Amino acid sequence: MNSGFLRRFRRNYGAVAGVFVLLLVGCGALAAPWLCSHDPWALVQLPFVPPGTHADLLLGSDALGRDVASGLLYGARVSVLIGLVATTMALLLGVGLGAVAGYYGGWVDTLLMRFTELFQAIPGFAFAIVLVAIFQPSVQSIVCAIALVSWPPVARLVRGEFLSLREREFVAAAQLSGLSSIRIIFTHILPNAVPPIVVMGSMMVASSILLESALSFLGLGDPELMSWGYMVGAARTALRQAWWVAVFPGLAIMLTVLSLNLVGEGLADGLNTRIDGRMR
Amino acid sequence: MSVPVLQVQGLSVCLPPGSERELAVDGVDLSLNAGETLCVVGESGSGKSMIANAVMGLLAKPKVAPVAGRILFEGKDLVALDEADMRALRGERIGMVFQEPMTSLNPLMRVGDQIGEVLDAHRSLPAAERNARIIAALRDVGLPDPELIAQAYPFRLSGGQRQRVMIACALVLEPTLLIADEPTTALDVTTQAQILALLGELQRRKGMALLFITHDFGVVAEIADRVAVMQWGRVVESGMAQEVLRAPKHPYTRALITAIPHGRPRRNDESTGVPLLVVRGLNKTYRSGGGFLRPGRQVHAARELSFTLARGEALGIVGESGSGKSTLGRLLTGLIARDSGQVLFDGHALAPELRRRPAAKRALVQMVFQDPYASLNPRHTVGAAIAAGPVAQGVPREEARELVVSLLRRVGLKPDAADRFPHEFSGGQRQRIAIARALAMRPQLLVADEPVSALDVSVQAQVLALFEQVRREFALSMVFITHDLRVAAQMCDRIAVMHRGEIIESGMAADVLQRPCQDYTKALIAAAPRFDLNQPQVPGQ
Repeated sequence: MNSGFLRRFRRNYGAVAGVFVLLLVGCGALAAPWLCSHDPWALVQLPFVPPGTHADLLLGSDALGRDVASGLLYGARVSVLIGLVATTMALLLGVGLGAVAGYYGGWVDTLLMRFTELFQAIPGFAFAIVLVAIFQPSVQSIVCAIALVSWPPVARLVRGEFLSLREREFVAAAQLSGLSSIRIIFTHILPNAVPPIVVMGSMMVASSILLESALSFLGLGDPELMSWGYMVGAARTALRQAWWVAVFPGLAIMLTVLSLNLVGEGLADGLNTRIDGRMR
Repeated sequence: MSVPVLQVQGLSVCLPPGSERELAVDGVDLSLNAGETLCVVGESGSGKSMIANAVMGLLAKPKVAPVAGRILFEGKDLVALDEADMRALRGERIGMVFQEPMTSLNPLMRVGDQIGEVLDAHRSLPAAERNARIIAALRDVGLPDPELIAQAYPFRLSGGQRQRVMIACALVLEPTLLIADEPTTALDVTTQAQILALLGELQRRKGMALLFITHDFGVVAEIADRVAVMQWGRVVESGMAQEVLRAPKHPYTRALITAIPHGRPRRNDESTGVPLLVVRGLNKTYRSGGGFLRPGRQVHAARELSFTLARGEALGIVGESGSGKSTLGRLLTGLIARDSGQVLFDGHALAPELRRRPAAKRALVQMVFQDPYASLNPRHTVGAAIAAGPVAQGVPREEARELVVSLLRRVGLKPDAADRFPHEFSGGQRQRIAIARALAMRPQLLVADEPVSALDVSVQAQVLALFEQVRREFALSMVFITHDLRVAAQMCDRIAVMHRGEIIESGMAADVLQRPCQDYTKALIAAAPRFDLNQPQVPGQ
């Protein structure tokens, strides 16, 4: 099973490239304190030093003379952290509600789906801004806001999968074997619904990073932490004098999100056993 | 004799690398004259459909492509033709009818327009004539009110009517060759008989050649002039239909013919007469659609069903699709809750819903499902699937593992199957696993819902034999749901015939089969493709 997954995944070159970019981002985030000599907030040089002119500042400095390269590395930490944690929370919420709604159906389904629609009726980004503004910008409030606006699509997806899977005959057979509902949900239905959830999860990490960047761009990021969105936001007033201050974090966001989407596609290929023609 | 319409000479078709064999079709020779019916018979994977697709130029090139041989149609080699020339032949000179009438029509297009499309592709006709041709084509295939049907969307038509529309599409330009790939497999027996009769009649009238692909020797006996039997991509035997059927030479053909359910009612010796299951006034109605101030559609899937089943007895439930026979099976197991009625098991009432039944009672009634591909969880090993029930009941793991091994042996599989996944097994083997899983619960009643209809005939016979064997050994009572009267007769002591949610006739298997009282039962028996070597064939009417 595993070798088949790797073989199908490797066939998608974009996904393999995406994995390398993500590994790079991950390593950069982990090794940030060792890779940069100074704090991302420290004023180390003159403002607007262009990249390549100063040996110490590889990517130049910003309007306050801070090191762009070190901001990039520390920003990766924030992006990766928020992307992963927010996605995990959204998945837990979405999978849980979707599974219950899809498996039990009837009024439980109706109730949970109307609740989901309540969240879907509010534009996600506006909702996130309101939440962060109310609860003061901090890592916790940003993560919660992103998770709260991202779970409804997961719930709908999982509900759909469960609705069709619970009608399958192997589920009927499990019911006849006297297995409890919880057991059937976890051992029979959920494993068969995992591929679309994994794929959606990888795409959600990307959208979480984008959301966080957008919030930081608007000045709603955690003031303690350097983030890519904040860097772009801070640089926009001086875009014509110093392009590098906005362009490098912008590129970082773009590449990371692109890689996550490519990896998501690769996962979809890899988890799809039918591409092999092995199933039936 | 004139030049054959279709000649297939030494045709070989390759499969993508990594498939179970190199060639889907291996050096096949066939020839078909005008006005003749050639049946290509074989089990799934024998390459019979590949031949049809090769003739039509519908192979998934380049991975699946003819690598040797010629397909001569009216003297032209179809293998060498390019796509444009091939397209000119399709529909115009060669028509094709597919297996699945439910999906081979475009659901968003009116029936008349779909036939008109074929006309537009090859002719440009004035509107009035085009219309007249469409109506004539629909009338030709025996559809009532062709003017109305031409305006209808496919979802308004039944499966048999859709297949008639498909035939009308294929025949509107009066091709010299019609290819039919299992055109009746998805249909009920009575509809199948009508479609076969229609094809025979159209063929005689238009003098076209018919290449008929099927897995069913009963169908072959009904319509074939000549027959070619395929196994593993090769033609192992061919000749005049009557000769091949009466005196098969190749062992594979013989095996296939003996594997056909013989339909001889079995001797009744197991029944004890002590009632195990008593069903009284069972009702189930499905409601769909509807809404505010608007009544929904109601389907009575079960209406006042009452019967008793003795300990050790096998009851056959026979009916066409939509008769409610599967609903009955699910009502008994509790997978669907009944609306009203009573089910007494060994004198005790069974709750309508499975989850209301105590764990010990759930085990008493087990089920074997129709589709062996859907009834096993693809992500669980076979051993885990069989052991899950006993473990949930509190059997220690060690003991459950021993039970799995002994059950796998019992159903004719090796013990090492326990560690493998369902996708490593064939359909017949999976059905054996499903039987083992049901037996693991030590049931007293086994409900089998069309357990062999998804299997090839030869595998079918083996699985039926296994059912018979475990029934004796475990002293099981059985409710055997099937659309096939022959299978029911040979497996069951008693038969109940269902029609529109009601049991319209029931009795001892031999009585129902030989002296049916109801017209519907008579029609069912008459429509079943018969393959009786002792009686002369009656042509379909």
